[in-house]
Amino acid sequence: MHPAPSVIIFTTLSGLGFGLMMFLGLGFLDVSGWVAFVFVAIAYALAGGGLLSSLFHLGHPERFMKALRQWRSSWLSREGVLSFLTMGLFGIYALLWIFMDTRVAWLGYLAAASAVATVFATSMIYAQMKSVPRWHSFLTPVMFLMYALAGGALLSTQTYIAGLLFLLLVPVQAMIWVVGDRAFGASGSTMGTATGLGKLGKLRLLEKPHSGNNYLLQEMVYKIGRKHATKLRLFALAFGSLLPAALLVVFPASHVMMLLVILIHLTGLFAQRWLFFAEAEHVVGLYYGQR
Amino acid sequence: MTTLPQSTDKKLGLVIDLDTCVGCHACEISCKEWNTSNYGAPLSDVDAYGANPVGTFLNRVHSFEVKQENKPAQVTHFPKSCLHCEDAPCVTVCPTGASYKRTEDGIVLVNESDCIGCGLCAWSCPYGAREMDALAGVMKKCTLCVDRIYNENIPERDRVPSCVRTCPAGARHFGDLGDPDSDVSRLVAERGGMELMPEQGTKPVNRYLPPRPKADVEEIDVLAPFLQRQDEEAGGFLGWLDRTLEKL
Amino acid sequence: MTKHHQPTLNTSPEVSDEIRRTTCYMCACRCGINVHMKDGKVKYIEGNKDHPVNKGVLCAKGSAGIMTQYAPSRLRAPLKRVGERGEGKFEEISWDEALEIAAGWLKPIREEAPEKLAFFTGRDQSQSFTGWWAQAYGTPNYAAHGGFCSVNMAAGGIYTMGGAFWEFGAPDWERSKLFMLFGVAEDHDSNPIKMGLGKLKANGAKIIGVNPIRSGYNAIADEWVGITPGTDGLFILALIHELLKSGNVDVDYLIRYTNMPFLVNQDADSDEFGLFVRDKDGKELVWDRVKNAPVAWDAKGVKPAMQGEFEVNGIKTTPAFMLLADKYLGEEYTPDSVADRCGIPADRIRKIAAELARVAFEEEIVLDRPWTDFRGEKHDKMIGRPVSFHSMRGISAHSNGFQTARALHILQILLGSVEVPGGFRFKPPYPKPVSAHPKPHFGVTPGKPLNGPHLGYPQGPEDLGLDENGKAIRIDKAFTWENPLSAHGLMHMVISNAHAGDPYKIDTLFMFMANMSWNSSMNTSDVMDMLKDKDENGEYVIPHIIYSDSYSSEMVAFSDLVLPDTTYLERYDCISMLDRPICEADAMADSIRWPVVEPDRDVRGFQTALIQLGVKLGLPGMVNEDGSAKYKDYADYIQMHERRPGIGPLAGFRGKDGKGKGRGEPNPNQLQAYIDNGGFWIDHIPEDSAYYKPWNAGYQDWAVERGIFDAPQPYVFTVYQEVLQKFRLAAEGKGDIQPPEHLREQVRATMDPLPIWYEPFEQSLVNTDEYPVHALTQRPMAMYHSWGTQNAWLRQIHGYNPLYVPTDIWEKHGFSDGDWAKVTSHHGEIVVPVALMQALNANTVWTWNAIGKRKGAWALQNDAPETTKGFLLNHLIHELLPERGDGMRWNNSDPVTGQAAWFDLRVKIERVDPPPNLQSEPTFAPQESPVGQGPANVEYGKEWT
Ligand SMILES: Nc1nc2c(c(=O)[nH]1)N[C@H]1C(S)=C(S)[C@@H](COP(=O)(O)OP(=O)(O)OC[C@H]3O[C@@H](n4cnc5c(=O)[nH]c(N)nc54)[C@H](O)[C@@H]3O)O[C@H]1N2
Ligand SMILES: Nc1nc2c(c(=O)[nH]1)N[C@H]1C(S)=C(S)[C@@H](COP(=O)(O)OP(=O)(O)OC[C@H]3O[C@@H](n4cnc5c(=O)[nH]c(N)nc54)[C@H](O)[C@@H]3O)O[C@H]1N2
Ligand code: SF4
Ligand code: SF4
Ligand code: SF4
Ligand code: SF4
Ligand code: SF4
Ligand SMILES: [Mo]
Repeated sequence: MHPAPSVIIFTTLSGLGFGLMMFLGLGFLDVSGWVAFVFVAIAYALAGGGLLSSLFHLGHPERFMKALRQWRSSWLSREGVLSFLTMGLFGIYALLWIFMDTRVAWLGYLAAASAVATVFATSMIYAQMKSVPRWHSFLTPVMFLMYALAGGALLSTQTYIAGLLFLLLVPVQAMIWVVGDRAFGASGSTMGTATGLGKLGKLRLLEKPHSGNNYLLQEMVYKIGRKHATKLRLFALAFGSLLPAALLVVFPASHVMMLLVILIHLTGLFAQRWLFFAEAEHVVGLYYGQR
Repeated sequence: MTTLPQSTDKKLGLVIDLDTCVGCHACEISCKEWNTSNYGAPLSDVDAYGANPVGTFLNRVHSFEVKQENKPAQVTHFPKSCLHCEDAPCVTVCPTGASYKRTEDGIVLVNESDCIGCGLCAWSCPYGAREMDALAGVMKKCTLCVDRIYNENIPERDRVPSCVRTCPAGARHFGDLGDPDSDVSRLVAERGGMELMPEQGTKPVNRYLPPRPKADVEEIDVLAPFLQRQDEEAGGFLGWLDRTLEKL
Repeated sequence: MTKHHQPTLNTSPEVSDEIRRTTCYMCACRCGINVHMKDGKVKYIEGNKDHPVNKGVLCAKGSAGIMTQYAPSRLRAPLKRVGERGEGKFEEISWDEALEIAAGWLKPIREEAPEKLAFFTGRDQSQSFTGWWAQAYGTPNYAAHGGFCSVNMAAGGIYTMGGAFWEFGAPDWERSKLFMLFGVAEDHDSNPIKMGLGKLKANGAKIIGVNPIRSGYNAIADEWVGITPGTDGLFILALIHELLKSGNVDVDYLIRYTNMPFLVNQDADSDEFGLFVRDKDGKELVWDRVKNAPVAWDAKGVKPAMQGEFEVNGIKTTPAFMLLADKYLGEEYTPDSVADRCGIPADRIRKIAAELARVAFEEEIVLDRPWTDFRGEKHDKMIGRPVSFHSMRGISAHSNGFQTARALHILQILLGSVEVPGGFRFKPPYPKPVSAHPKPHFGVTPGKPLNGPHLGYPQGPEDLGLDENGKAIRIDKAFTWENPLSAHGLMHMVISNAHAGDPYKIDTLFMFMANMSWNSSMNTSDVMDMLKDKDENGEYVIPHIIYSDSYSSEMVAFSDLVLPDTTYLERYDCISMLDRPICEADAMADSIRWPVVEPDRDVRGFQTALIQLGVKLGLPGMVNEDGSAKYKDYADYIQMHERRPGIGPLAGFRGKDGKGKGRGEPNPNQLQAYIDNGGFWIDHIPEDSAYYKPWNAGYQDWAVERGIFDAPQPYVFTVYQEVLQKFRLAAEGKGDIQPPEHLREQVRATMDPLPIWYEPFEQSLVNTDEYPVHALTQRPMAMYHSWGTQNAWLRQIHGYNPLYVPTDIWEKHGFSDGDWAKVTSHHGEIVVPVALMQALNANTVWTWNAIGKRKGAWALQNDAPETTKGFLLNHLIHELLPERGDGMRWNNSDPVTGQAAWFDLRVKIERVDPPPNLQSEPTFAPQESPVGQGPANVEYGKEWT
């Protein structure tokens, strides 16, 4: 799939934002007043910025409200509804927290649960796609949730939890890749099933329908070099979880340190998400000679 | 939970004969010219006269080569448009309800005024049957020419999809695949009509008729009776000629 | 559970305001179209279901007509060159000025030396009109593009059976059970062939495709024969060998309908050796085996012998069939001896022969349709041999194509499958024997018309176009010993001959609808140089070039004066019985185009402009006594012109009452009658006359009634072709008209009265170890030559063209996807992208034709893929053959007809690093665009959605 910046920014930032909301909602951070405000603002900036960025991916962003209608069937719709719900719940919770200095615990828990649900809904947008075998797995929500949680923990300065989650992410992420690499093969879709011509012999694309480009090729048939991917995977693993975990464990927490870890994680996370899209092969590629 | 209808009264769709399709792209262009000025936004062409023209098409014709060891390779031309799946994932993923499947005939359509252009339906379609129009920002797909097949402003004999009407080789058939007695259903039964990517679980309505076996890919049957030699019979070639003339 | 929601939809929207029915011209197939108009613009084009050609279907090009109608490349006004030739710098001028300039060049030369005008037209459909114009002007130098296109096919057919494939006739698609297709990718009968193939498939008939490349029609063939290019003749003759050997030829048919029983002079010393012996009325003789005496071939009740030696008036003779049998039963034509050269296993050749025989003779069709033959004999049935064939440039674009085409026709004839149910059928005005065609004319008189039509079918050396010194009269050297039967001229030699001043210099080159500085020339780079070349005085070697095009093509840039034509939807045209009508095997039909859209530019239909120019020049037939115009415009000409009394461009709705069929006075309301009838006119042949046309008295009478001919002209197929033997006799030193020494052997060897095969010339002259690979082009179904490119929809399908390479070569050179290759011929070198194709003859590479474009042409951006990755194979092909060692360069054409031998090309191929900017080579400086560049985006139909 085409690793569109808007979508990468959306999933990373909103994941972090809702992760942070979750930790704040659960009351992990014992701050108040303007410090609380700063954290809340960061959470909103991330979640809201992410959502805003996702609008850039739309052909008709001005109609985005229509996307809330099909929550009964569509994960994207659910994600929209849930993110508004989360932001609303969390907003009330935060207002009370910042300005009244009262933390309505149940409201916080509710907001936290809603935040988790939002991230889950986001992940399900991808996980439901049978047409993208690498995504079509329970590991996709696991991955999204773990990154959101780890990031949220990190942003809410829960170094211990963050370190633990980052450590856990290393094998999980590795496993996701290993499983993901086999997913296309395991899906059973081949050029043969795509065309029904498999029985006749070994198939290959002779001529694309058009010598030129098209939406499908631009959007769904993105091919990344194997070598390039391996390097990026190592980078994503190192920056996204391994290094943050190590730094959190080895060095005492400080503002500078935290900022550094956050930046490192974010870089790794971007790489991870870029790969999440770039490595995901859509079965439509079979009609264009991929695989 | 789904916004797909539980069932549809008809299952209108196309049957495409891969044994007859010569890959002429007529269906594709006819589709484009009908649809660019009918249902919904035009099918635009970006950079139309430049280095990287990218246009929206609802039907595209691919060409594949297939080969068995030590046999001549075969070529198959392969037109592809929306298959109007019974279990259309493109409908259920749609956040706005713009994508829908009609209860009366099973046609899958996009209500463009509701479409936000999120692209998710195109992602969910295994067949690449949906294309986002770059200029209109809405999702385009084969409408099965819903604005032709019932259109009372056109003569009855023309109430078929544009691509079907135009196909010079007659490789495209249109009808109700839900009715086992329809011409299309019969063709499918006779010729072993195929479903594309059944493993995707989309239950496509459109079917493809496979190429018939090729004589040159089979072994030459060297034992088959060759032409009888006349020149070794009585009198050779001239003897044969004599006998033939006598019979006239 | 949600309820299913669906919006209400208007399923009956208004489609258009009006439908205008006319004829497509996105190619020469001439399909009927319904043009849906909305707000004065074209909204939708669909096929006309009632039209005889396409019966409602339309190809990709036809449906893309909207994008051509509104293409940014359309010329807007007459152009006068202001820069150097080739630069593309022009100023727009008025029509008055344009016609003034043209007349200023053409008038003086008409008075002095009309041959100084060379007028050549491309694939237009008004040759009976342009030829008439050129004749009135008086130049001998007129032809259309047939010489580089497919004259081998046309001439091979005419000289063998009075018609060929394509517009001359078609397989009986309804009844055929085995169809063999030789070397066709698309052909002119674009839609009818596809419809026919579809019909065969639906009827369960078998299709055998003979083609080095298995794409398109060959992809759906049930059996593919991946023949080595240039060897079809051998393959066909081997099939004939097998059929003869097994007695699977239709002797009755040969006796009745061919010249096979004709007695041939066998006296080697005679001046008439190899010619038919005739009685005193000039009738060919046969040997009656009952009377045991020679009788005229068409005598009543004759029982001709097919074998034996007979003495007639002291001359040793034998039936022509004996010569044929002797020749093809020889060892030379056994499947085993041809297999390697053809690249087809001998067993497969035998199997195909067996299949042809089985279907022809065991699946015989019998129609209960009584008919009477020209001898007066009544038949109560029509017997069909349901095998049919079709072929086009795969056979004809080789230097042995004429004889190969003949071989194929003879194969059909031996099977008795021409003009019978299930076989091949002629479309009126064919069949028409060679003898009924005009001969070429060369009588030039300054200030006067030519003494007859330019083109025709020579019947012997006396019909050649040579002056008293044996020099060519025509600029293209058509009808000379080099290419005696060049019935369509040699358009591909015009520019190089004119540039070389050989046979003479010309003043004005006037061309219409042919992109001669680009894809329709061999050796494109040199042709561009020839057009630009100046003499020692700084004057262009070809002093004036007038050109008519509708679009900003490559050729426009090389013209001094450009006459902008309309698009096909903006003008009157007629697809005439005098030319190449749209007839069916079952019907006579013709059609028109009419302005369904008014031009929004200062353009004129070329034919109208030509009439206006003719009036300015005062050409006979175009002006009245007082010098005033006889025809207001082309539409007026179409209705009012008479070629023979009662016979005009359009056959339908003739006479004052509009009821005349074929014959009748001019009808001033004729065009309106056509428009009302859907743009065409059709008249069906009565059932009992629809087969056996050359011999069917019913058909002959019907054809006379309809003005197709003036008297019945039944004839037999000229399997043994005497005309060829006449040239051969001359080459052997007999007769007064003698070929020059250097051509003697070529004429003797190639003008065989019975088809032969010889190695394609280029291949016999180059070192085939050095150039081991055949290189071909194919027509893409969705593109028409160079003009597909200006179409925003079509160019997305073929925006560039890779060179397709077969597996062995691919692997040998270590190619992989995205690679580039250098391809070299004896003449030139190109650097191009490659792609793998497995379903391809192992020794052949190929590419799509005419996709590569010059930068600046067609209103494209300069970085359009057509101009970067796209390329022409033409740079490798030369109009002359490599030197033969006699110091002379012979033309790269069929030695009989002059057909350009595009497909004889031999190359070598090497892998090279992708060039910088992925730019194919050679490259040329961009031409300036007189119409600017197209807009960034297209959203056609936005106003209606
Ligand atoms: N869409 C479209 N239609 C067209 C045209 C166009 O440009 N586009 N052009 C029109 C014109 S002007 C013409 S002349 C016709 C030509 O129509 P075609 O005769 O179909 O001409 P080509 O496309 O040149 O195809 C030649 C075919 O012959 C095969 N071939 C080459 N050499 C040999 C050989 O030695 N033996 C055999 N058996 N096959 C061989 C090639 O592989 C190719 O398939 O098409 C007309 N129709
Ligand atoms: N390598 C290779 N070269 C080939 C061939 C091949 O097989 N291989 N085939 C050869 C053959 S058979 C042919 S016929 C030629 C074809 O070659 P051309 O005859 O040169 O064909 P086009 O490229 O179509 O060029 C025709 C010109 O007519 C113009 N035109 C289009 N419509 C109109 C109109 O309505 N009015 C006027 N006035 N002009 C119009 C177009 O803009 C274009 O410039 O190519 C030949 N060249
Ligand atoms: S129009 Fe018919 S023959 Fe042509 S590509 Fe489409 S399906 Fe195939
Ligand atoms: S083919 Fe694709 S777009 Fe069409 S119904 Fe099926 S899933 Fe949806
Ligand atoms: S692009 Fe439009 S139709 Fe497709 S899922 Fe999004 S809103 Fe629905
Ligand atoms: S049915 Fe209509 S919309 Fe669908 S591919 Fe055919 S022409 Fe296009
Ligand atoms: S074959 Fe196509 S382009 Fe040619 S006349 Fe017919 S519809 Fe037009
Ligand atoms: Mo041609």
